[in-house]
Amino acid sequence: MTETFPRLVRDNARTRPQHVAMREKDYGIWQSYTWRDYYEQARLIALGLASLGFRRGDKVAIIGDNRPQLYWAVLGTQALGGVPVPLYQDGIEKEIAFILDHAEARFAIVEDQEQVDKLLHVRARCPRLETIVYDDARGLRAYSEPFLMSLEQLQEEGRKFSIGHPSHFEDELEKGRADDPAIICYTSGTTGAPKGAVLSHRNLSVTARNAAEFEKLRADEEILSYLPMAWIGDHIFSYAQSILVGFAINCPESTATVLHDLREIGPTYFFAPPRIWETLLTNVMVRVEDAAWPKRRLVRFFLDVAQELERARLSGRALSGWRRLLYPLGEVLVYGPLRDNLGLRRVRRAYTAGEAIGPEIFLFFRGLGINVKQLYGMTEASVFITIQRDGDVRPDSVGTPIKDVELKISDEGEVLYRSPGVFQGYFKNDAATRQVMLEGGWMRSGDAGFLDAAGHLKIVDRAKDVTRLADGTIFAPKYLENKLKFSPYVKEAVCVGQDRPYVTALINIDLTAVGNWAERRNIAYTSYTDLSQKPEVAALIRQEVERVNTSLLEDDVLRHAQIRKFLILHKELDPDDEEITRTRKVRRGYIAQKYAPLIEALYGERDHVEVEARVTYEDGRTGTVRADVRICEATAAEGLR
Amino acid sequence: MSDPEAHGLSGSRPAGGGVGAIAGRTSNPEARHGSAGARPSAGGVGAISGPPLLVTEDVSVRFGALLALSKVSLEIRRGEVLAIIGPNGAGKTTLLNVVSGFYHPYEGRIVFEGRERTHLAPPDVAALGIARTFQNVALFRGMSVLDNLMTGRLLKMRGHFLLDALWWGPAKRQELANRAVVERIIDFLEIQAIRKTPAGKLPYGLQKRVELGRALAAEPTLLLLDEPMAGMNVEEKEDMSRFILDVNSEFGTTIALIEHDMGVVMDISDRVAVLDYGRKIAEGTPEQVRKDQAVLDAYLGATRG
Repeated sequence: MTETFPRLVRDNARTRPQHVAMREKDYGIWQSYTWRDYYEQARLIALGLASLGFRRGDKVAIIGDNRPQLYWAVLGTQALGGVPVPLYQDGIEKEIAFILDHAEARFAIVEDQEQVDKLLHVRARCPRLETIVYDDARGLRAYSEPFLMSLEQLQEEGRKFSIGHPSHFEDELEKGRADDPAIICYTSGTTGAPKGAVLSHRNLSVTARNAAEFEKLRADEEILSYLPMAWIGDHIFSYAQSILVGFAINCPESTATVLHDLREIGPTYFFAPPRIWETLLTNVMVRVEDAAWPKRRLVRFFLDVAQELERARLSGRALSGWRRLLYPLGEVLVYGPLRDNLGLRRVRRAYTAGEAIGPEIFLFFRGLGINVKQLYGMTEASVFITIQRDGDVRPDSVGTPIKDVELKISDEGEVLYRSPGVFQGYFKNDAATRQVMLEGGWMRSGDAGFLDAAGHLKIVDRAKDVTRLADGTIFAPKYLENKLKFSPYVKEAVCVGQDRPYVTALINIDLTAVGNWAERRNIAYTSYTDLSQKPEVAALIRQEVERVNTSLLEDDVLRHAQIRKFLILHKELDPDDEEITRTRKVRRGYIAQKYAPLIEALYGERDHVEVEARVTYEDGRTGTVRADVRICEATAAEGLR
Repeated sequence: MSDPEAHGLSGSRPAGGGVGAIAGRTSNPEARHGSAGARPSAGGVGAISGPPLLVTEDVSVRFGALLALSKVSLEIRRGEVLAIIGPNGAGKTTLLNVVSGFYHPYEGRIVFEGRERTHLAPPDVAALGIARTFQNVALFRGMSVLDNLMTGRLLKMRGHFLLDALWWGPAKRQELANRAVVERIIDFLEIQAIRKTPAGKLPYGLQKRVELGRALAAEPTLLLLDEPMAGMNVEEKEDMSRFILDVNSEFGTTIALIEHDMGVVMDISDRVAVLDYGRKIAEGTPEQVRKDQAVLDAYLGATRG
């Protein structure tokens, strides 16, 4: 098999040249590019790179927001047998320098001045980096560095090069093999330095196709490409599946307009990490709170009806009669308009992936009639491991394995998988590869989980995070955190309890929701820090914590791990401070260390603690934030057994 | 480009620049010149040579017995960023108002692009390619950002009552062409997300940016900014500074601005003119002005000789 993505795009360009492959909102209008444009633009980029002496196997760093130009760059690089290395566009210089150097990138194709400036700073630390190509020339006209050029110039060079080498591109394209590396995705990792997962064309194409067939994706799907290109998910959805199935991707105008663009596009296939679902939910709730009381009551009433119904449906219970009768009315009055407002009216299937989603959030969107499904995947598996089947969705499982994926649970309770999508290894890091890759091609997922009687995979937590309190009570921090994060007022939460007498929580409030709440109650505040320490806010969050404690009673195993004390952090957890990863996973070890005084205070007698926190600005400089953090107690719920 | 600090100051995005950048600039007046490789300013582009764009010759303005401007002679050179500074009541805004035609001098001449323009009315001045923003935001509060920017195009439009009403033929083409210009400005100023938001609902810093956008929509040769950064926080100032520099380098627009924040002035301007009690007391590069004794006296309140 010699299937590579450049060949697939060539086929698309031949068989359906006039079909739209990608759109980008630019100057207020959705501009379209056909498959022929896609191929042609990538060809010129490839030839331009060739004119600079590109050799097979060279790495090209790709940094920027989702732009057609950057997807062309990925394709152009692959066409020459090179390997694109997408980086997080908001990465700070230290991370970028590490990855550029580690990946041995010779070229970088980036979006704009912001990225160029970062690269110019780190260039001294990345001696292999030869040429930086930028797409948006804004603010860069006066830069005179000889190794800097615009994408247009590069393509112009490519045009000239092709005159002397008319068959160069086709020749290189033909040399491509399915087992060539197609991409190196650096995983942010909750511990240690980033690791570069190498995936081949075959890994990606087989897995992406299996998933597409599983979901019966069609060439008329529309997706919004708004998640970082450095995330394997975007590479699979916006690149691999788009090319394999032939559907169109849509690049938003700017990061600030994503929700608006979502509504304009009305995607049929949508994926979002729990974080985004939470944001959507918070936006809805804030607007509901702002509405006049009759509307508010109406919306709340029908949302409750929908959630109850969905809960019953998913757990296979009988649906209560009056709620079933009300649902069509709710559809007209609330659910339909809300779906339309969110831009999810046309969604045929949506995924939540990357992290476990709070069951309440999941129920909320499913209750609205949006087919949100859980997906379990990892970078090292070319994403797809399990997907929830339509009609067989359960709130507490992540579904069943897709075609060609095998699952088993190790003796320690860790989920192991084997599939054609399993990566080639971490780039230049055999030690790390050996840690995850077992004999017989089995891969360690790092997650604790089990398969239920029906073959559904259930994930409990990160294997290393499930622990016990000092008295032996089982405690799964992420489970609690997800429950807390269902509250629109809670943006992030970190629960602590290993070998401790009771569970405590560090909570980040959501500035939009709590700010709005405070304004409506005439509570004046000056800053995030100030707002976070208001007694009224503490009381608000206490209610949320106690709600979680009450809901824990439903779970027989975890019911004793209730939150006894909590505090509201004076600053937001931020990837720049290395407290969460770029994909917003909490880095527990680091937080435990950084906030040790706060955590000690949670297990002490005092009702407040002074702290000083170091914050890192986006350019890498640091400053400190000082605050007096309040320690709050929460009542544990006592349930009837 | 071995000096990373200089590079960061040369107009990186606000996100990249971070909060402390302005302070960094203030403490290092050489930064801008140190970064000339990254963003050649005065003399770098080569556009500043040649005859000045606008000259005021011995301009005096009187309000009754009050002499607001007294024989002010000033050159605005093509392609430069000129800052006009001075203590409160020094006549800065009056000077801007004279240039933009709101006031007429009782003596002296104003020469724009080599021709005398002393007594033009504001619309005629605008038609010549001089646009301005105001000290207090003067947007149409109930209109969307997009519509506000479109008003900046009015001078470029040729109306026809019937065709405009029917939005047909040339009227439609004209509107589309103007909309395209405005969309480029929206993209340039990164205000896509608020395109349809009523201007009055926006936070102050964004309103200032929209006002800059409206002035830019007129595609001016000379842009007059009256305290573009007044009342802004450090981050907003950082943003605005970058936009002003970007306008200057991308479109080649000559900019004259009034500003009180010395950090900003020293960092973004090629030349500085200092007014005090209606008189021009100094003019030169930021560095020259910074060392000028008359300026120090005016600002520090030394006894006047």
